[in-house]
Amino acid sequence: MTDFTTLSLTDLKNGYEKKDFTCREVVTSYLARMEATKALNAYVLETPDIALAAADRSDARIQKQEALSLDGIPVAVKDLFCTKDVPTTACSKMLEGYKPKYESTVTQKLWDAGAVMLGKTNMDEFAMGSTNMTSAFGPVINPVTLPGDARRFVPGGSSGGSAAAVAARAALMATGSDTGGSIRQPAAFCGIVGMKPTYGLCSRYGMVAFASSLDQAGPLTRTVADAALMLQITAGHDPKDATSLNRPVPDFVGELSAPLKGLRVGIPHEYQVEGLGADIVALWEKGRAWLVEQGATCVEVSLPHTKYALPAYYVLAPAEASSNLARYDGVRYGLRVEGATLDEMYENTRAEGFGDEVTRRVLMGTYVLSAGFYDAYYRKAQRVRRVISDEFRGVFENVDVILAPTTPTPSFAFGEEPKDPISMYMNDVLTVPANIAGLPAISVPAGLSKEGLPLGLQIIGPAFGDSVVLRAGLAVERAANFVFPQGE
Amino acid sequence: MSANTFSAAHMNAAGPWEVVIGLEVHAQVVSESKLFSGASTQFGALPNSQVSLVDAALPGMLPVVNMFCVEQAVRTGLGLGAQINLFSVFDRKNYFYADLPQGYQISQLYHPIVGEGHLDIEDTNSNPKRVGIERLHLEQDAGKSIHDQHPAKSHIDLNRSGIALMEIVSRPDMRCAEEAQAYVKKLRALLRCLGTCDGNMEQGSMRADINISLRKPGQELGTRAEIKNVNSVRFMGQAILYEISRQREILEDGGQVVQETRLFDAAKGVTRSMRSKEDAHDYRYFPDPDLPPLVLTQAFVDDIAKGLPELPDAKKNRFVESLGIAPYDAGVLTSEGEISDFFEAALAALGTQDATACKMLANWTITELFGALNRESLEIGASRVSPEALAELVGLITKDVISGKIAKDVFAIMWETGGSPSKIVEEKGLQQVSDPSAIEGVIEAIMEANPQMVADYRSGKDKLFGFFVGQVMKQMAGKANPALVNEVLLSKLNNI
Amino acid sequence: MDAQTVAKVARLARIHLDDKDLPILQERLTGILKWVSMLDEVETTNVEPMFSVHLETSPVREDVVTSASMVNDILANAPEKELDMFVVPKMVG
Repeated sequence: MTDFTTLSLTDLKNGYEKKDFTCREVVTSYLARMEATKALNAYVLETPDIALAAADRSDARIQKQEALSLDGIPVAVKDLFCTKDVPTTACSKMLEGYKPKYESTVTQKLWDAGAVMLGKTNMDEFAMGSTNMTSAFGPVINPVTLPGDARRFVPGGSSGGSAAAVAARAALMATGSDTGGSIRQPAAFCGIVGMKPTYGLCSRYGMVAFASSLDQAGPLTRTVADAALMLQITAGHDPKDATSLNRPVPDFVGELSAPLKGLRVGIPHEYQVEGLGADIVALWEKGRAWLVEQGATCVEVSLPHTKYALPAYYVLAPAEASSNLARYDGVRYGLRVEGATLDEMYENTRAEGFGDEVTRRVLMGTYVLSAGFYDAYYRKAQRVRRVISDEFRGVFENVDVILAPTTPTPSFAFGEEPKDPISMYMNDVLTVPANIAGLPAISVPAGLSKEGLPLGLQIIGPAFGDSVVLRAGLAVERAANFVFPQGE
Repeated sequence: MSANTFSAAHMNAAGPWEVVIGLEVHAQVVSESKLFSGASTQFGALPNSQVSLVDAALPGMLPVVNMFCVEQAVRTGLGLGAQINLFSVFDRKNYFYADLPQGYQISQLYHPIVGEGHLDIEDTNSNPKRVGIERLHLEQDAGKSIHDQHPAKSHIDLNRSGIALMEIVSRPDMRCAEEAQAYVKKLRALLRCLGTCDGNMEQGSMRADINISLRKPGQELGTRAEIKNVNSVRFMGQAILYEISRQREILEDGGQVVQETRLFDAAKGVTRSMRSKEDAHDYRYFPDPDLPPLVLTQAFVDDIAKGLPELPDAKKNRFVESLGIAPYDAGVLTSEGEISDFFEAALAALGTQDATACKMLANWTITELFGALNRESLEIGASRVSPEALAELVGLITKDVISGKIAKDVFAIMWETGGSPSKIVEEKGLQQVSDPSAIEGVIEAIMEANPQMVADYRSGKDKLFGFFVGQVMKQMAGKANPALVNEVLLSKLNNI
Repeated sequence: MDAQTVAKVARLARIHLDDKDLPILQERLTGILKWVSMLDEVETTNVEPMFSVHLETSPVREDVVTSASMVNDILANAPEKELDMFVVPKMVG
């Protein structure tokens, strides 16, 4: 059987059009690949029946020359997105077996464009984590391996399953969500492309909410062009989401090919954080050179409050999460553990349903909102948020995009992960600022660490600058010529 | 219970203490759909049949504001003469309860949509009193829990969950139960007039939380107790009276009133403490990140202002100034929308602005019509005499077709049969006799038959005038034009 | 954060904690709180808290009933239901 999983999106679409192969054949190939890579635990639920039925529908449309933009394209969906009548758990015991009676807006747009759902991917529980180790359904293993090294590595998180699936060719594209870096960081760790759009560009309707003012849906793909297409389809105003932007969606795909000449790139001084590997610094330099070669100009910029984004995030996100997760109480859906009284039922249900990391964050969030602490923590963080946003806005008056690494280190092996929570949180130090300010940002695989693990470079843009971010990302991708390292 | 008796009871209860009362009224907004979801708000539907995915707080669901509810809140604010805040924010009030699916209520704490305003009432001495309004904000109503279906379980119906409420907070300006009741009645009439709440307390679309404390006049405010969810004006009065006695007893015994939430037990006429846990009240309010701030334009507010109906106070002033109706009567006639609607329909049918006629119509409405309604415990909507018929009757009086006294008999017949006054007068031949010669004839006959009386009168016994009037009326079956009778009788008796 | 506060916060959040878990939680949460207090270094005297990342006009709804009875969907995942209502242990108060 031909392995269709190595074909690019363009190859697939051409092949479909020329009738070289059918959607069913391609999807069958992906289902086989999923089976072969099962040990990665990238999927928590495979949906072969749905996939094949969708493939057949795609084939029928292609036959009639009525192909939709994603017909026959195999997509994996992070288990955070509610999929109608298909179990959606956010990888928590709390929602084990929960079958929504509604579809999220983002996934509905994918199905309306003809995409084929392969299954639901693994993630950190309720999207809280950066290693996919807090999932109630076991960790995900990064498909990347090092020659002669038996160690397995974390895929990053919280969209670890989606990243691993795309990296392992067990999906062509995947949906993810990014609250503090949960798309970009796993994309960097797994050597693929991951983008978080401007806050509000994609609807949050039907996404299990973690931190409402920070969550955004976005694509994980093999190439920047694929990400542009997926974003094009999933973006757009949704009247069911009051935070959804009410603006026309730019032509991301069309604008990709606009020339880079004259692009002003900022290199933020403060992103040279402690612990930034020498190989990452070197790659960053190279990235700079690549862009200049293609007609951009680079200049040092300063974002003095960068280091405060992470603590601000760890006040705001848990606070919002503590409130968003209050609905998981065993009354109307999900896990219920009995109790003699209503309160006992609540306490037992939530103790059993929530994992340790989620519990910690809910407690933290409850505390920072509580009487006497609201001003000192929550309101303070909201003020710092404004300072950081204003700072970015100031910088973007003089540059069009910012170039930085995505993560301070490459992935780490299981058993070698940072043991104390704050060091763990530092994984996100370079990604969180974009969430705090609601800005678009993409991670593009750009090179390998000295050991041979993937490294990503990040492009951050001004609000509503998703198009220029994609264009600059494409330029980096072109120059980097990243070859996926050996792996599963 | 007349107003005076009530005051006495109140004064007995309070003694030397000054009672300080503030009210928080929760008024359900009249709208088709809920505040943040598209589910229906109709009363009395089958359980959980008016619950959307958002109302049930399913994973991934998001609120989107119903702009009409915002409009209704602004409209109410304008009716209260209040400041409309063009910038307001929805906050989450976090707590756990089975009738609160989200685990938080979307409300407005820090930046409410309406600021300070006022509501004018009359105090116990019928003097005008202005009660301050601190604020009005929008919030979600909770679902309903039912506890009598099973000994160990409660059942939850979320139909009511998410319906828009306006919480109207008064300043603690009221000093007795009557003032509190007057405030609620006035507020209810205003909201109904504006069409922003139907004020149906029995159905729970309007509920009052009473904050009450006692102090010695001139002293600091005392500790207050809150009596929650009182759903009738009558119960409010009872609850307040009970609470005054209770607090007075504690204070006079040297104790402290506990700041707590209490419930009114209507069956026993007492208030009872709600069991509350120590930290039950840390609501951890913060701005709802799913909802951007609400920003209104002045044009939006002005548009609503332009479309406001004539408010009860304005109507009352108009009755007094343009129609010459007594202030007390005008107050009664504008105390409820249905009454003022009835009266204005009658006025229109009366077809004149003449003060005498209007005052007469007002008087007839308040004494005869209300009398008939009260005797049968009916609301004005059930009146068997229509506004037009009443106006017609008053017209007959002003045109001297019948006398006031006869009109009362006609009214009684109208009330029984629903018939038209002119027809009744026709059929029964009740028309007033205003023919001077006819009256003269009768008077002459009576004078002839009572020569001694005539002589006594003429010799100075003026009181005998009444005797003659009575005789004339009797003779003419009450149909004689009284003014004419007086005139002719005077001239005849005095030989003028 | 002391152990008592952790217990109190857990109560507010309706999550049962075993006594044996309190010390570890207390240590971790105290550590995180200490770290986030770094925010005090930022001068914010005249800075307004941020309500919303991009101040755009927000979508609003018209006052129309758009959702007919969905009682089956609403109750579909209920752990316990009866007479078309959710069932919970008897509520006090």
